[in-house]
Amino acid sequence: MPVSFREKVDEVLLPGDVFSLRLPEFGSDVKAEKAVCGPGLRRNGDQVLVCKSGVLRHKAPNVYWIDSQQKRYVPAKGERVIGIITARSGDVFKVDVGGSEPASLSFLAFEGATKRNRPNVQVGDLVYAHFIIANKDMEPELACIDSCGHANGMGVFGEGGLMFRLSLGLVRRLLAPQSMIVKDLEKLFPFEMVVGLNGRVWVKAKSIQQTLIVTNLLESCENMTAQQRQTLFQRVAEGNL
Amino acid sequence: MAKDGAAKLSKNLLRMKFMQRGLDDEVKKQLEEEEKRVISDDHWYLDLPELKAKENYIIEEKSFVPCEDLVYGRMSFKGFNPEVEKLMLVMNSGSRNEEEEDVGKMESDITDEEMARRYESLVSSMKRTMSKKRERSTLEGGRTQNNHTTRAKKVFLKPQD
Repeated sequence: MPVSFREKVDEVLLPGDVFSLRLPEFGSDVKAEKAVCGPGLRRNGDQVLVCKSGVLRHKAPNVYWIDSQQKRYVPAKGERVIGIITARSGDVFKVDVGGSEPASLSFLAFEGATKRNRPNVQVGDLVYAHFIIANKDMEPELACIDSCGHANGMGVFGEGGLMFRLSLGLVRRLLAPQSMIVKDLEKLFPFEMVVGLNGRVWVKAKSIQQTLIVTNLLESCENMTAQQRQTLFQRVAEGNL
Repeated sequence: MAKDGAAKLSKNLLRMKFMQRGLDDEVKKQLEEEEKRVISDDHWYLDLPELKAKENYIIEEKSFVPCEDLVYGRMSFKGFNPEVEKLMLVMNSGSRNEEEEDVGKMESDITDEEMARRYESLVSSMKRTMSKKRERSTLEGGRTQNNHTTRAKKVFLKPQD
């Protein structure tokens, strides 16, 4: 029996739950407004199926998604990720993004690259890129330029510094607007960070020691309350860890 | 006698362009109908009920980015990498209002007078680059001689015979 979505916001849902977005009292003459179902939800005719377990979230006006914890990354179009160049074959690089399949990255998809002027990319380099093709039937494709041909910070990066993995949920918490973790972190010392939505994070600070401090702090953020985190950060800032 | 002769001609021959003039309306119609039937027999179609396109009220979105308004992934703090800090401002300006005010301030950095002065110098330098070599020399020469000599434009002199 399909139930309305609105009553279930901020509740835990399980895969297989079925919902209808149209409320029964509306009837067919009232035009239903369009709804967006985000990750974790699937459309089936007029109904919505839940396909991930997690908490149902809602954003005005009509966006719903499932907030789930997972470690396996599934490429999605438009998401910016950190990839590792694993091979170059002809005109494309193969990039490991942590998905089920390596993504391809054309050597023309860099800022200022032409057929003659090839980008200086070696196997083993880190790239910050976004998906231009990502669906379940095809090989994902990355690009380091936007539609206007600007890099906007994408491309090869990562001289020095350290890359490590976090869970996808924590990465989203880091990227949330006005993220509390980032606000606590930036009080410590100058450092640089690249956060990919595939769970990879790259950190660089002035010294190796500081880089490792940030790394360990981020890894410990996974299972800490805000209070615990703030006391830990306080201790680090005072210099007695 | 002539009519009987025409009837014996084959249909394919009658369908030819130069034979059409002599045909009367009845035969013409008959030929056209036959042609139509041949075409419709060749035409295949699926014996299915018509598809009704339903309007879709649910849009699928696979990415978290638009749902949670996730920010740009490159960050730098306390001036570690100024380039990235600039990028952060640009890329995250859409979601916040504070930065938009900053942009407004930046636009009023240069006053209109300063702008006019800059354009003045730009126009003269552009004029120099756009003009031909000969004209440029006269331009510069004119400047040193206080713009007194304005050489007459060269015109074609008709030779006298």
